[in-house]
Amino acid sequence: MTAPRPALETATMVRAGELSAVDVLEHHLAVIEVGEEAVHAFNLVTADRARAQARAVDATVAAGGDPGPLAGVPVALKDNLCTRGVPTTCSSRILEGWEPPYDATVVTRLAAAGAVAIGKTNMDEFAMGSSTETSAFGTTRNPHDTDRVPGGSSGGSAAAVAAGFAPLALGSDTGGSIRQPAALCGVVGMKPTYGTVSRYGLVAFASSLDQIGPFAGSVADAALLFDAIGGHDPLDSTSLNRPTPRVLSVLDDGVDGMTVGVLTELLDGAAPDVVARVHQAAEALAAAGARIEEVSVPEVSLGLSAYYLIAPGEASSNLARYDGVRYGLRVDAEDTVAMNTATRSEGFGAEVKRRIMLGTYVLSAGYMDAYYNQALRVRTRIIEGFATAYTRCDVLLGPTAPTTAFAIGAKVDDPLTMYLSDVCTIPSNLAGHPAISVPFGPGDDGLPVGVQLLGPALSEGTLFQVAAVVEAAAPPLAAPRLRTGVPA
Amino acid sequence: MRADWQLVIGLEVHCELRTATKLFCGCPNAFGDEPNTNVCPNCLGLPGSLPVLNQRAVELAMAIGSALHCDIRPSTFHRKNYFYPDQAKDYQISQYDEPINVNGHLDLPDGFRVGIERAHMEEDTGKTTHAGASGRIHGADYSLVDYNRSGVPLVEIVSAPDMRTPDQARAYVTELRAVLVASGASDGKMEEGSMRVDANVSVRRSVDDPFGTRCEIKNLNSVRSLGRAIEYEAERQIALIESGEPVVQQTRHWDEGAGRTQALRSKEDAYDYRYFLEPDLVPLVPDAEWIRAVADTLGMMPAERRARLAALLDGAGGPTDSQLLQVATVVDLGLDDLVVEAVAAGVGTALALARTANEAATDADAARRLDPKAYVELLTLEMQGSLSATQAKAVLAELFAHGGDPAAIAREKGFEAMSEDSLVETVAEAVGAHPDEWSRFCDGDDKLAGFFTGLVMKATRGQANGKAVAAELRRLRG
Repeated sequence: MTAPRPALETATMVRAGELSAVDVLEHHLAVIEVGEEAVHAFNLVTADRARAQARAVDATVAAGGDPGPLAGVPVALKDNLCTRGVPTTCSSRILEGWEPPYDATVVTRLAAAGAVAIGKTNMDEFAMGSSTETSAFGTTRNPHDTDRVPGGSSGGSAAAVAAGFAPLALGSDTGGSIRQPAALCGVVGMKPTYGTVSRYGLVAFASSLDQIGPFAGSVADAALLFDAIGGHDPLDSTSLNRPTPRVLSVLDDGVDGMTVGVLTELLDGAAPDVVARVHQAAEALAAAGARIEEVSVPEVSLGLSAYYLIAPGEASSNLARYDGVRYGLRVDAEDTVAMNTATRSEGFGAEVKRRIMLGTYVLSAGYMDAYYNQALRVRTRIIEGFATAYTRCDVLLGPTAPTTAFAIGAKVDDPLTMYLSDVCTIPSNLAGHPAISVPFGPGDDGLPVGVQLLGPALSEGTLFQVAAVVEAAAPPLAAPRLRTGVPA
Repeated sequence: MRADWQLVIGLEVHCELRTATKLFCGCPNAFGDEPNTNVCPNCLGLPGSLPVLNQRAVELAMAIGSALHCDIRPSTFHRKNYFYPDQAKDYQISQYDEPINVNGHLDLPDGFRVGIERAHMEEDTGKTTHAGASGRIHGADYSLVDYNRSGVPLVEIVSAPDMRTPDQARAYVTELRAVLVASGASDGKMEEGSMRVDANVSVRRSVDDPFGTRCEIKNLNSVRSLGRAIEYEAERQIALIESGEPVVQQTRHWDEGAGRTQALRSKEDAYDYRYFLEPDLVPLVPDAEWIRAVADTLGMMPAERRARLAALLDGAGGPTDSQLLQVATVVDLGLDDLVVEAVAAGVGTALALARTANEAATDADAARRLDPKAYVELLTLEMQGSLSATQAKAVLAELFAHGGDPAAIAREKGFEAMSEDSLVETVAEAVGAHPDEWSRFCDGDDKLAGFFTGLVMKATRGQANGKAVAAELRRLRG
């Protein structure tokens, strides 16, 4: 068995001409060949396109040019990121076979940085779920235990990195869809400040909450990927027109003199072994020079309820366009209206339909004020609550998910229990704040536990700085059983 | 409209903005192109696409607000959700409770003031065509949709329910159209759909009564349809009430051929649009400097331009009613600057106005493209008697077609002004050839002036100046 080479090292060696991008790619394609059947991380592996990209990177180096900071590094893309001429399905029947005529901004930026797009990863249908079980194309399995879920909705991306299929992956995080699967798969996952990464070309779930972010095997690799995708984009009106924090350069700055607040609300309801790991991480930060405090932000406990009004409300509108008229699935019927209904009835899965109905209801005349508008008021309260906490603390610490990976099938028929998987991650989305999940040893069942660091808007630099210290103190975690001995 | 009833009318006017590109993407804003050629991921509502607000559209919306004396305010966009295949996203991005323009007014030419409640921005939909007997989406054999219009910028101007007669409604739309054209926001072409009018109509027995239940009438494609539809709808509502039936709040469709309105949908089955703040856009907060800059670029509005021409006619018995009509025509066609320049160059106001309203107006597009100097020179030649009215008209036609110098065109056409000597000679010949008529003329039969003028015109093939001939005849008579 070989440990995967970090993306940073790969890029450095490819740029120096010491390693061929094509060889790097072929290694990962071989790992996929061996492990994908058991994991099912991908909806599509774009081997030929990836080979062409890798050859172009090698050619640039051979010609004396610099392909960029991600030179030759394979990156897996969540299947809700538009890729020109490559099917983009959101793991939904309704988009099966649809090929976008354009690339998402992040896809363009990755290519410009020399990265190699290796494939499209499985996800919960339209990113609605916490286990990747609502995918129309089969469940992704956790590489640490294939009877368990990888988390979700970006379960395919998390599993791809954990299984060594790709050193880096992109996901999207609306209520925890990067951080929760990162925790369950034992990799680093980060949700940036709302507006720092362009949403152009990200198929929308809940527009005011969605944000694209990195998965990686280490904090440093996540920093490398974040630096490559962030920054203002005129194609996204909600993109912040201000300098995005650069994080790779601050990783070694330490936590001396910082105040870290342990957010008590996130510990409520978390399993004891997870809580223990959070306290252990706090001790490690204290040992590195940080001051540790217990902090309460009571408004955070309202987050889950508010989220399940706001996100479905926006989703009910965002998903209206899948009507069979212009693209994707069309189920013929006697007239256009009947065709719309038939297409949506057959094309969407149960969880998507549930959220469309919820969202339609909460936006309806007579109910909007009691539900949607009330949730917006809660959202404001949460932002105010965090603001108070950040007058005292630089960052907050808590678990990423209440438990380690649960068994496939355990929660899929009980939506409310499933929704609780995101209780620790949702507050950051509602506030628009950044947060990062860092693996911190195994739980009692031997499966990965993730601890989460939360910060105020645009505090990515601080978050990565603290994350690097947590990572260095993390107890060892067994490599996924699936890691096979494909030579590097 | 019967005297014992009062009519209450409010109008909603949708105006397509004259921008180069659409409201939220870079596709051309053009009418009449091949279907589905001016489209992109955004205006087709493709997954992952996002709207980016067109700055020029905002400026034109503010220009409308400024021209209608509105407060221009920070505003937001909402989503109006409903399923229809001409809506690429199955929602429309529109301003809802925080529109950019509020609380304005429009003064009609007779001085009547109509309140403007709001003038907000929104995107247009595509266009559907339903094949089959129903002509509607339900039961159609098939439906076609063209997304070229999807995302074209609109401003919807909502009047207060201030109008009381169909004439006022017609005058309002006519004046509003002129304001929209003058502000540069619209081409005002109702026939191409760049201006669309919906009318809210209700009736009541007395001004002291509260407003009655209103119906909204759609599909009004001309000022004429507007007036007819309001008249029909008022009578319909009065007949209902007088027979003891209530007016039901409805959206009604004007059937131009049948000359009546028909129910489209009632309040009970009105859509629930589930408006909520558009999360893909940020609030629009124009600063005072930008608002002022837009207002500063606005030209004179039609009312001001009519007043300017009317002022030129003051004194000398003017302006007469027919001159006021000429003023309205000239301003409506945007030709008033030609009149003003001609008068400044010494052309008589009555002549300049009449020629512009009657001759230049026959091809207003060409007239607006004219070199004003050439036009002024043409009128000067006519005023001086160097060209007859008929000759001037011919020269104008040539100016429209090819431009050029009026004096040179006149020479080329053989319109060389007759010398005084040859005019005197020709008149003398005509007189000499018809001694009987001449003596009757000398005895006071003034009608024969026309006879002799006709002879001179015939002899000169229309090149003589009628006024000069008349003067010579009077001189000879002594």
